[in-house]
Amino acid sequence: MSKQMTGAEMVVQALKDQGVDTIFGYPGGAVLPIYDALFQQNQVQHVLVRHEQGAAHAAEGLARSTGKVGCLLVTSGPGATNAITGLADALMDSIPLVCITGQVPTHLIGSDAFQECDTVGITRHCTKHNYLVRSVEDLPRILHEAFWVASHGRPGPVVIDIPKDVQFAMGTYVGPQNVQHKTYQPQVKGDLEKIREAVKMMAGAKKPVFYTGGGVINSGPAASELLRELVKLTGFPITSTLMGLGSYPASGPNWLGMLGMHGTYEANHTMHDCDLMICVGARFDDRITGRLDAFAPYSKKIHIDIDPSSINKNVKVDLAIIGDCAHVLEDMVRIWRTEAAKPDQAALKDWWKQIDVWRAKKSLAYRPSKTTIKPQYAIQRLYELTKNRNTYITTEVGQHQMWAAQFYHFEEPNRWMTSGGLGTMGYGLPAAVGVQMAHPDALVIDIAGEASILMNMQEMSTALQYRLPVKIFILNNEYMGMVRQWQQLLHGGRYSNSYSEALPDFVKLAEAYGGHGIRCSDPDKLDAAIMEMIESPKAVIFDCLVEKEENCFPMIPSGKAHNEMLLAELGDDAGIEIGSVIDERGKLLV
Amino acid sequence: MNAPAIPPSPYSSALGKSNIERHTLSVLVDNEPGVLARVVGLFSGRGYNIESLTVAEVAHGEHLSRITIVTSGPPEAIEQIGHQLERLVPVHHVIDLTMAKKSIERELAMVKVRGKGDDRVEALQVADAFRARVIDATTESFVFELTGNAEKIDQFVELMRPIGLVEVSRTGVAAISRGPEPI
Repeated sequence: MSKQMTGAEMVVQALKDQGVDTIFGYPGGAVLPIYDALFQQNQVQHVLVRHEQGAAHAAEGLARSTGKVGCLLVTSGPGATNAITGLADALMDSIPLVCITGQVPTHLIGSDAFQECDTVGITRHCTKHNYLVRSVEDLPRILHEAFWVASHGRPGPVVIDIPKDVQFAMGTYVGPQNVQHKTYQPQVKGDLEKIREAVKMMAGAKKPVFYTGGGVINSGPAASELLRELVKLTGFPITSTLMGLGSYPASGPNWLGMLGMHGTYEANHTMHDCDLMICVGARFDDRITGRLDAFAPYSKKIHIDIDPSSINKNVKVDLAIIGDCAHVLEDMVRIWRTEAAKPDQAALKDWWKQIDVWRAKKSLAYRPSKTTIKPQYAIQRLYELTKNRNTYITTEVGQHQMWAAQFYHFEEPNRWMTSGGLGTMGYGLPAAVGVQMAHPDALVIDIAGEASILMNMQEMSTALQYRLPVKIFILNNEYMGMVRQWQQLLHGGRYSNSYSEALPDFVKLAEAYGGHGIRCSDPDKLDAAIMEMIESPKAVIFDCLVEKEENCFPMIPSGKAHNEMLLAELGDDAGIEIGSVIDERGKLLV
Repeated sequence: MNAPAIPPSPYSSALGKSNIERHTLSVLVDNEPGVLARVVGLFSGRGYNIESLTVAEVAHGEHLSRITIVTSGPPEAIEQIGHQLERLVPVHHVIDLTMAKKSIERELAMVKVRGKGDDRVEALQVADAFRARVIDATTESFVFELTGNAEKIDQFVELMRPIGLVEVSRTGVAAISRGPEPI
């Protein structure tokens, strides 16, 4: 398998050997040899983005929707720095990426050469690992090692910085089968004794709840299957974080909806009152826990996570199981079966009765309107008209993202691509490009806001170039809606710089790019307009003009506990001083 | 809001409330470029303290370096530091030598003292008591070399201060576990 070739050829060969068929990127001086090597082959398709941030999010979209490692190729200096937001995003959401950056030739490093920056220094804090390749002899090992590190353990982005002289140098290529990381060997099997103890705790629980997260998705489809089986076996209620939507079907009988700041009333109250919390692949993020010292105060907690540093980071747990979700769930299901564990049926019945009381609050209810499109209604209609199709949803960040999470119901994992941890506006369109590249026949919709979409609008050009029929569904309220909502809640309604002034005409913008533009402001015409979007063979920008000052509820105000949620009846009424709901301590929080 | 009175949860690991402890961590890492920056960057990025840090290659063949870090913080933070360090790809092991209880810590210091007459005599007497060696001498100064734990060096420096302390250079703490086993 060893063969003489240039460093640039090694890069392309390694991509092939790692099963990469699509790489997103943007050329520049320091990566020209790699672009030359790409030009001379057909196996790896390069997708030319319009900004390097777009390349990173597109690679994330591909990775999240397929379970594969996403790849991007950018030049030195500004190429690398532009990609950084995407790398940080992937680190926060545990998305496996390999990012290849060009670097000035070795002898110029440190001389402030043209388009030089300290890429490994700058990306050290926003990658799982990074490499500066100093010799072509190290390159094949590093390339394969990078794929290993990105995809094993808790996934994350890995940067390989390759100086231009290394790309030109001749060396010996070795294939991936000869490369194994010497020390990085994360534990995937959970401790069986602990899993037995967990099963015992579960069988004894009176008010249990499953709290699941993105780790279940990252662990692969098998983890979702096993989770469904375990939920069925135990009859326990289940909720999920934003990142974990789809691992348990939204139509499932035990589903409580998403939890957290904009989660459902029933999910948050179940979390607050539970006596046993089984956390699977989630990390007790501040959007989830609310006020930490009032978080699930009556519960024992079991935490399954592949990353030991997630254990006891924000919340102390009673039983920690380190391992990959699928492996641990498999053992858990098996042990539950072999030990013929039985849940406490009588207690569970009472628990479900209580949950039904919370459900009856109908916390996602909103005031319908016959004259204006309510954003929630728009998502509901979008869901109804697309649910029986092969649909993938991406989002930007803000109110529309939360409404999408609340009102679009996911039945399968890997169908939902959103920026959770970093909260990156501008994620959705490039992510949709990445998803559509991986699933050419699917319906890929970016649910967007009019402010977020403008952050990476240029990727519309990419979509057109590669004939990707992505659909951008903009909930246009002419505000950075979530910012405006917080200004209403916290800053006396002084909407400092959150009004989207001087917006483009999105229909004309779509046409200018060569796509199809649709505008709708009438609830009665919404269905027909959505169908027009779905049936268009082109990329579409759908400018959906919605209620401007609608707030996203329910909401746990900053610094409050799960059982102190604000519901729409309260918050919707402008006469009520909702600013007073958040105390001084809460105002400090984000 | 009719929220029930909530008992303070024993599960919140709110930092800062617990006692601050001082721990010595021994970290075995691949000696590759940037590894020290990774370790130090982790501490600054996550707001942990470094009281002392030493690093040197300890196994040339295997390219292994040993980093000894003295840090302080509440026990939960120290546990986190260990886990966060272990997440770094080039890190092989992290051992909390303070938790292991059986460890030896040593630091080397060079202490420059200036003085004449009785001060010189006194300086030499103190040095003798601390088993410090004279490694440089002029008619009006000495440089002492001293090895010991950090407290011993602190004490020596304090004694030299009134005599004519000029400056101190310390290596930071190196530490190893007792007994036959490696970390």
